[in-house]
Amino acid sequence: MRFIWPFFSGLIFSVGLVISGMVNPEKVTDFLDLAGTWDPSLAFVMGGALVTTAIGFRFVLRRPAPLHADRHHLPTSTVITPQLLTGSALFGIGWGISGLCPGPAIAAFPMTLPVIAPFAIGLLAGLVLFQGYERRFARSS
Amino acid sequence: MDNFTPLSATAGGIMIGISAIMLMASLGRIAGISGILGGALSLTGGDRGWRVAFLAGLLLPGVVVLAGIAPRPDIDFVANGWLLALAGLLVGFGTRLGSGCTSGHGVCGLARFSKRSLAATATFMAFGVATVFLIRHIL
Repeated sequence: MRFIWPFFSGLIFSVGLVISGMVNPEKVTDFLDLAGTWDPSLAFVMGGALVTTAIGFRFVLRRPAPLHADRHHLPTSTVITPQLLTGSALFGIGWGISGLCPGPAIAAFPMTLPVIAPFAIGLLAGLVLFQGYERRFARSS
Repeated sequence: MDNFTPLSATAGGIMIGISAIMLMASLGRIAGISGILGGALSLTGGDRGWRVAFLAGLLLPGVVVLAGIAPRPDIDFVANGWLLALAGLLVGFGTRLGSGCTSGHGVCGLARFSKRSLAATATFMAFGVATVFLIRHIL
């Protein structure tokens, strides 16, 4: 029963991505193209999501625990590390090349095969590569 | 700016926010897609199930479209082949190294007023803008 919640959370997230047009890579790169065919829509998607989440989290995080878990799992680190900035920079480059970030890529995946296949293979390779990197270097931190 | 769609963008954004609230209220988890995907592929046992369930929900609308039940939304790719694979690699490795993507940092992190998420979001936005500028206006 507890898997009903994440399932519908994923479903609503996905419908939100489709309705907002964020599953369309061209719409995303049009947002990033300040000097060209600039489309501010993505800022409204993030703004709508951000304001809604900020209000909701105020109430949700005030409760002692979630409905189906013993605690809220929140990131504890507050340090801006080289890894955080390097990783975000690499992500930004990949995002700019493709107009795809993980959420829209997964939402669009079933309806855009086989064109999206190289991105999916690259994405999985990147995740596996990171697991190797983590085992090798990040154990000390 | 004739491609600007503020109403549907805001409506979709609010749905994404509701999704993030649902996940935090029920399981106490951040709706960060890169973390959920990475965790689903690496963890075992009790922590994997909810991630797989979330990803199944995320995939469902695409399957519905594939089955011909709903019309296909506009999807225009801006890269393909090896370049698209390189982008996937950068997105996969980068989001894991940077502990989040547009959803985890850009929505959930900023909603918690996290300084790390603000730094991450500013960085991937800046590099995204610079990359598109390079591709569309220089190369």
